[in-house]
Amino acid sequence: MTSEFILLASGPDAVQNLSIFDPASPPAESIRALSLLVAAISAFIFIIVEGVLFYSVARFRGRGGPQASEPPQVYGSKAIEIAWTAAPALIVFILVLVVTRTLWAVNRPNPQPKAGDQALYVTVIGHQWWWEYVYETYDGRKLGVVTANEMHVPASTGGVSRPVYLTLKSADVCHSFWVPRLGGKTDLIPGHPNEMWFQTDKPGLYLGQCAEYCGTQHANMLLRVIVDEPADFERWLENESKPAVVPADDDGPESAGQATFFTQSCVNCHRIRGMSANGKFGPDLTHLMARRTLASGMVASNRDHLRQWLVDPQSVKPGCLMPAFGLQPREIDRIVDYLLTLN
Amino acid sequence: MASIELDTPEVGQAAARSSAAPSLLYDLVTTVDHKKIGLMYIAMALVFLVIGGCEALLMRWQLLFPRYDFIGPDAFNQLFTMHGTTMVFFMGMPTLIGIGNFMVPLAIGARDMAFPRLNAFGFWVSLLGGLLVYFSYATGGAPAIGWFAYAPLTERTFARSAATDFWALGLTVSGTGTLAGAVNFIATILGMRAPGMTLRKVPFFAWTMLWTSVLILFAIPPLTAALVMLLFDRNLGAHFFDTQNGGSALLWQHMFWFFGHPEVYILILPAFGMVSEVIPVFSRKVLFGYEFMAAATAAIAFISLGVWAHHMFAVGMSRTADLFFVVSSLLVSIPTGIKFFNWLATMYGGRISFASPMLFAFGFLSMFLIGGLTGIMLAAAPFDFQLTDSYFVIGHFHWVLIGGTLFGTFAGLYYWYPKVTGRMLSERLGRWHFWLLYVGFFLTFGPMHVSGFLGMPRRIYTYDVDRGWDFWNQLTTVGALLQAPSYAIFIYNVVVSLWKGRPAGNDPWDAWTLEWTTTSPPPSYNFEQIPVVHSRRPLWDIKHPDDPDWKYE
Amino acid sequence: MMIPDASTADHGGTTGLPFPPAVSPEKTLDAAQWGMLAFLLSEVAFFGTLITAYVAYIGQDIAGPTPHEVLSLPLVLVTTLCLLASSGTIHLADRRLHQGRGRGFQLAWSATIVLGVAFLLGTAYEWRELIVEHQLTIGRNLFGSTFYTLVGFHGLHVTMGVLMMLAVLGLMLAGQLSTDNRQPVQLVSWYWHFVDGVWIVVFAVVYLIGR
Repeated sequence: MTSEFILLASGPDAVQNLSIFDPASPPAESIRALSLLVAAISAFIFIIVEGVLFYSVARFRGRGGPQASEPPQVYGSKAIEIAWTAAPALIVFILVLVVTRTLWAVNRPNPQPKAGDQALYVTVIGHQWWWEYVYETYDGRKLGVVTANEMHVPASTGGVSRPVYLTLKSADVCHSFWVPRLGGKTDLIPGHPNEMWFQTDKPGLYLGQCAEYCGTQHANMLLRVIVDEPADFERWLENESKPAVVPADDDGPESAGQATFFTQSCVNCHRIRGMSANGKFGPDLTHLMARRTLASGMVASNRDHLRQWLVDPQSVKPGCLMPAFGLQPREIDRIVDYLLTLN
Repeated sequence: MASIELDTPEVGQAAARSSAAPSLLYDLVTTVDHKKIGLMYIAMALVFLVIGGCEALLMRWQLLFPRYDFIGPDAFNQLFTMHGTTMVFFMGMPTLIGIGNFMVPLAIGARDMAFPRLNAFGFWVSLLGGLLVYFSYATGGAPAIGWFAYAPLTERTFARSAATDFWALGLTVSGTGTLAGAVNFIATILGMRAPGMTLRKVPFFAWTMLWTSVLILFAIPPLTAALVMLLFDRNLGAHFFDTQNGGSALLWQHMFWFFGHPEVYILILPAFGMVSEVIPVFSRKVLFGYEFMAAATAAIAFISLGVWAHHMFAVGMSRTADLFFVVSSLLVSIPTGIKFFNWLATMYGGRISFASPMLFAFGFLSMFLIGGLTGIMLAAAPFDFQLTDSYFVIGHFHWVLIGGTLFGTFAGLYYWYPKVTGRMLSERLGRWHFWLLYVGFFLTFGPMHVSGFLGMPRRIYTYDVDRGWDFWNQLTTVGALLQAPSYAIFIYNVVVSLWKGRPAGNDPWDAWTLEWTTTSPPPSYNFEQIPVVHSRRPLWDIKHPDDPDWKYE
Repeated sequence: MMIPDASTADHGGTTGLPFPPAVSPEKTLDAAQWGMLAFLLSEVAFFGTLITAYVAYIGQDIAGPTPHEVLSLPLVLVTTLCLLASSGTIHLADRRLHQGRGRGFQLAWSATIVLGVAFLLGTAYEWRELIVEHQLTIGRNLFGSTFYTLVGFHGLHVTMGVLMMLAVLGLMLAGQLSTDNRQPVQLVSWYWHFVDGVWIVVFAVVYLIGR
């Protein structure tokens, strides 16, 4: 793999924040509160037990020399045993209470969508090794938007809650949806739809990735959640709702590329809405260039990477399910010209 | 007897060895002696330890830099599958079953295991299982399914090569061997104790081997059943885990973890037993609260059968089911706490000497506690939503299995080596081994917790530059490189001390249990006369006839 | 040996030191019995898993045939009776041997073998019917997968039991196994009772609840 692929859309130097201790959504916040309490209790136990251990080691080490008589033999004490059974039992009891409260707060079942709820409903479908997002409803409005790998959601700014309710499904094997700052993991299991939710008032990019081993490219099944200002989100949604752009110039390279695209096997796996390309095995390409990355977040979306991808996807993402088709360089250039118009 | 053997000139021994070489192999293949079988188990475990360790080092090297191009995804995914499988099935269990095989009959005053031929069968079948799993490389590559092999990734559709079949078949076969071992331990410990050694007087290691064996009885068959279903799916077209035809991905997870979690206790209980033997002897005090320790062992075994789905909090169970597994998992901490306090109370007021067995027991106490506490964090279901399948979990269970099982097992190995070979291990090398392992271990697995907090999932062969995980991964890799020589030192020490070690005598540690009454190494019949036992410390009674233990028990 | 054997401590009383209480032998199972018991417990876990899988998959099929369409009750009732009766005959055999009545033992033992074989033949007939008439194979649907796995593994255990009984009978007739040695017969009969017990559960799950 060449070094150019190290570059990410977000820039090579900026270290991203994926810490579970920097939550930006209520479930992640509840979990952090719980984790701090559990960590405090653990630290308390740790200090006491290690304290006794190190004290015993220091105090009773080699006392009296090797020839000394055996120390007094103490066989046990029922009272002491009961005491140190009761202490952990009490801690367990407290932990169970706190955990229950957090569990009920975090794992709420998703409500039904209704008009004016300001809520976004998205069905997430895990594929080897990319994410498909089907936008179901927003604020009670039915949507028909399908996109891949980069999920746009509205921020809960201006004092309005705009929760995001996900339904998680899998098209093949088990995956897991994990954006640490937005919430814990929920698995995508074939034949067993799951739900989760989050909301955040901080616009920006939230990163994560598949957290359940799902095959060769599990490591590069990256998640990008882009939290937009509500107005930006509406604009994005409107653009995504449109069918794909048709090249304006009938004789330009874009048109030629489109023709090549539709005569090659691309259409077997990819969909471009408004056209005859209806494949379902690969990501929807209707608005490919509205996304900033390719290959589920691996590389920036630009001419060079598209070209490299079409020459041999395996050189970018070894093991991915798209093979190299052995197209002529001219054909590749044209297809890239066409793809670059899909905004 | 022992002294005569040890006085034999080196030349004579060497001559005897060379002429005995062909028959030695024949002897090992045909033997039904529990001591030789035990040693073969341990030798097998050491070989697989080296293999599994090399697999770990290759993975650590790959993760040294973000987007590093050392080994590709396929090789990496195979490595973590094989590393996990090897360490659990072909290193961990054989080590403990091997030590148990050697020591349990000696500790309970028996001449052999109850079924010597079944014992040999168990060993050879376990070894065959390990070989079968590694034969998968002959299909062009090992399976790349992870050691818990979640369906439907293991179905033919997604794992086309026969590697997965070798894996499943190997585990089925070695599971049979493990089961044979467990049946044998139960029959031996319940049916062949020396006269007077009631169940309340068995040495603690034998007691923990008993409960480990009980857990094996309940944990291994469900795995075998699940593996058989998988093999039927892959080879006969059955649909157990075929999610396109009504099969369930979750059923595999339930069945696997119904095995997988008790497995953790199968691996830790014998280590509890070994430190419970070592701590009293090196603190010169009787084990504090034997009955409570014994009851706590049984309680851990029982509870551990009801906690499996805490590995599955993220699969979307109902909140009530989640809560059930939270409570059961947290309950384990109570008997574990009891054990911990009793070990501390045993040391308290004693006269502690830090010979290498005790050094490792100390390592066990100071480290296993941390693994237990991170376990509490994982048992808190909502916290687990963040932590599960992240590097935190990797840190946690290595902390338990190395900080707990491995340190405890090393305590036992250093403790019993003189009994097994008649020679003392080098204390100086033992110290090097301990400190390199202790520091290297800390450096390897400590930073893993941090990478987990920072969002790094497990089982990824590479990561992006902008993730900020490189520093923590580099620390981990350095730690792994630091750990590696410690194992080499141990193996060197074990081999060289066979010749160079100080003669041990029958009872080098001034200990109290039956194995120390016979010669080192013990004769094939173990005891000339089957001893009669009156207390948990028969040798204490002999050494202190004026103040024997049986007056207080 | 440097350290005296523990048993020599018994003589400490002569020197005025405390004298330990006498050791009485424990009344418990012997090692072989514990071994068989442990093995049977592991079998409980094995069949428990297969039965759990069967129950979990009842009605989950997306393609036929269903159990109700193809499983015939009359046949399986007969084979069930055979197996239940065999539990009685093997118990009888065990008692006859205990009473030292070798001839009675051989009769009851042989009857058990015949009943076991009858059960297996009944199963074979049922399977032929299912495969040939109804095209239900292990790969046909989920029901086929779970049915053949569960009933098949039980049948395998019956087969093993029949082979063990034949071995005991053969060794006894050949004079290799003394009629005074009750243990092999007892252990095989424990195993056989267990296999019968499993069948009662399998029968209930497959032919009553699942149908």
